[in-house]
Amino acid sequence: MKFGVVVFPGSNCDHDCYHVLKHVLGQETDFVWHKEREISKYDCIVVPGGFSYGDYLRTGAIARFSPVMESVQKHAEKGKLVIGICNGFQILTESGLLPGALLRNRSLKFICRNVNIRVENTDSPFTRKINKSAVLKIPIAHGEGNYYADEATLADLKKNDQILVRYCDEKGLTGDTANPNGSLESIAGICNKKRNVFGLMPHPERASERELGSVDGIGIFKSILEMN
Amino acid sequence: MKAKVYVTLKKSVLDPQGKAVQQALSSMGFNEVKDVRMGKYIELDLGAIEKTQAEQKIKSMCEKLLANTVIEEFRYELN
Repeated sequence: MKFGVVVFPGSNCDHDCYHVLKHVLGQETDFVWHKEREISKYDCIVVPGGFSYGDYLRTGAIARFSPVMESVQKHAEKGKLVIGICNGFQILTESGLLPGALLRNRSLKFICRNVNIRVENTDSPFTRKINKSAVLKIPIAHGEGNYYADEATLADLKKNDQILVRYCDEKGLTGDTANPNGSLESIAGICNKKRNVFGLMPHPERASERELGSVDGIGIFKSILEMN
Repeated sequence: MKAKVYVTLKKSVLDPQGKAVQQALSSMGFNEVKDVRMGKYIELDLGAIEKTQAEQKIKSMCEKLLANTVIEEFRYELN
């Protein structure tokens, strides 16, 4: 598969994603500068984490108008894959590719630590090779990860099984104490209705090698590749 | 023509920043403050432009970029 990792001014997880895809999983992977419009050769676009445009105005608000995002929109409309991680998730909600928004963390603090997430649904290109209800230990690093959607949107997400991962404790139980940022219904990641666009706050690329303390994140990338 | 744009979180959206400020004010003895909502204030210089046209443009700017209407509402003044 061919992967394109988008690079905005202020992206800082682009190299981590590139490293995992290219060197850990051996996939053809390119960096794609945000001014690029030609992305038709890629099967999957990765919108990585970071602080695109310094998080000015709102996280992801300005990146969403980068030339490349117009092409990403079309890429998604064709049914090709898009995964947005952390700031990438914020950019995807700002651009309307995913519903809802990411608000300031409930604690107002930037939180950088390992959390547990439970896989809620495996009927997606991003979770198909992971067991349902599996608990993954993956780090988060964000100040604005508090997922919000209005009631109608939330009902829609549930009805269509779009909630792919939720924050939980080590045993897989959700609840207020296991919810690091105050996200609505402990939502950590969602996909669109067509299930080809996925956004999540945790960083699977930082949990894809034993040396980093967890390999729980690699299942997401292996799902994209349909590898076990 | 100059525009002043005010962007605030919708009433239905919890504002943790406003809450923290309200608690700080309360701990200072300003107990009369029941609620604080924080927001953004943006000034735009539109040069020579007609008011109706300015209004249209500002509205579009707010909906597309200056506010995220999923979570925020906006109002503006022109003069």
